[in-house]
Amino acid sequence: MSSLRITEDAAPSQSTLRGWFKRSSNPACGAVLNRAGAVSQSDYVSIHKDYISIRGTSKSFVGRNAVVHALSEVDLDIADGEFVSVIGPSGCGKSTLLMLLAGLEPASSGTMRVGNKNVDGPTPDLGIVFQQDVLLEWRTALQNVLLQAEIRGQDKTAATARAKELLAMVGLQNFLDAYPYELSGGMRQRVSICRALLHAPPLLLMDEPFGALDALTRDQLQIDLLRLWSKQKMTVMFITHSISEAVFLSDRIVVMSSRPGRIEEIIKIDLPRPRRLSMRETPEFLAYMQKVTAVFKTLGVLRDEEGDDE
Amino acid sequence: MTDIAAPAVMPSRPAWQIKVPYALLSLLMLLLIWQFGTMIFKTPPYLLPSPVDIGFKIVKDWKLLLLHSGVTTFEIVTGFIISVLIGLPLAILVTYSPMFDKAIYPLIVGSQTIPKVALAPLMLAWLGFGYAPKILITALVAFFPIVINSVVGLRSAPPQMLHLARSMGASSWQIFFRFRLPQALPNIFAGMKLAVVLAVIGAIVAEFVGADAGLGYVIITAGSSFDIPRQFAAIVVLSVIGMAFFWLASWIERISLPWHVSIRQTHH
Repeated sequence: MSSLRITEDAAPSQSTLRGWFKRSSNPACGAVLNRAGAVSQSDYVSIHKDYISIRGTSKSFVGRNAVVHALSEVDLDIADGEFVSVIGPSGCGKSTLLMLLAGLEPASSGTMRVGNKNVDGPTPDLGIVFQQDVLLEWRTALQNVLLQAEIRGQDKTAATARAKELLAMVGLQNFLDAYPYELSGGMRQRVSICRALLHAPPLLLMDEPFGALDALTRDQLQIDLLRLWSKQKMTVMFITHSISEAVFLSDRIVVMSSRPGRIEEIIKIDLPRPRRLSMRETPEFLAYMQKVTAVFKTLGVLRDEEGDDE
Repeated sequence: MTDIAAPAVMPSRPAWQIKVPYALLSLLMLLLIWQFGTMIFKTPPYLLPSPVDIGFKIVKDWKLLLLHSGVTTFEIVTGFIISVLIGLPLAILVTYSPMFDKAIYPLIVGSQTIPKVALAPLMLAWLGFGYAPKILITALVAFFPIVINSVVGLRSAPPQMLHLARSMGASSWQIFFRFRLPQALPNIFAGMKLAVVLAVIGAIVAEFVGADAGLGYVIITAGSSFDIPRQFAAIVVLSVIGMAFFWLASWIERISLPWHVSIRQTHH
């Protein structure tokens, strides 16, 4: 499991230094979390407390009969390098929030900022992974990953080296020339994650990426993802339905409720990193799961008794 | 920690190499039944010639058949190319322009209720006896499956694929050539395969209505002089031309889309 360990340069930052609350008070750790190509961390920290800032963001659609409020007045700050999960019942607008942040859909009101740029069109420099892997069936695994570099007009040789490195990191070094139809569901999703990370984006958005996978594959991919995250030092916003997945992966969990979609509670997960599968049986882990479950119970999303529905 | 073996890609033959011998075998069986049937029941050759009679006729008439095959093939190829040149851009317009989709697409679909055969005499009246009316009818017949299938294909890119493309900062141009078009190719090829077969029918029907050359003309003139073996000879040559075009289209499809579900090699 040595590969799970955080890389040397990131080691001093460990879990608490990654925390969002320490960011502004300690610019030194900001430098640790700095990445190539990003705005100089110390400059940036003095201007903005958080890497992502969402303020009063709402989204409504005009439905068939009425206006649907998918998101209502959402405020959220995410620190640089933080792993944030968004969890909630279907229709709570968590996917909408991701689409808005990616700049793929316009918000109805409010402001959003990623880095030092306001979101007003497709956010450049981010990676995105959906529940469906949407691999291009006519390209091999390697070519699918390289698509990112081709569209962005990046250097082919460097991109190829990096793509191979990324695929090797998720155990696909022997599948570079395999077509998607030759790969299992879990392998396909790994390729799509590598594609999202090829250009070393500072931000990774994931919309229920493991939702369609079986439980074992899901566990493996969670570990793979945490390993990639510790090596890349990027900010992750992870949409999920699974409470245990959210607790296992995250620094913070944003719990949302539906109709209209809004943030109900934000729960900080103070579990040590690197996280291991065995951690899921610890009392601390279970306590966090109960905490999230309790929120859903008060919201009426989860019920113990039968027949409450009627 | 993720120990996965290398993919087990087994060397295997493409599906068609396995299917073709069976198809040839059943064709041979049918020909044998036909041959023995005509021998047992002693059907006169001017009503139903035996396969051997037809074979001899083809050899005897080869010069005439070759000449007229050339004419018909030219009409098929030209008509087909025109139908692709018009059909594909039209499909792109329908996909990209909501205006076009609402205003023109229903007309294209609606126009298919008109039997093109019924238009043939009209085309003849307007365009005379030459190649023009035949090519036009061939193109009219072939164009519909190309448009319909291309539209279906170009619309088949999943929304998330297009979101992904936009998040990469892809231009409309890149989205079309790198995502939408390759995604649509299987449907476009399906349309072309259908179109090429229909093009053969279109050319023959146009020749029936009025022509002085082509296999359709051979069939009509042989019929009027009760030369049934020659009619059969022309029909055989015609079906060979049709099959050849279909095979050509399938072959191009196979080498262009090795990844598609209909082409993948069969493992066994």
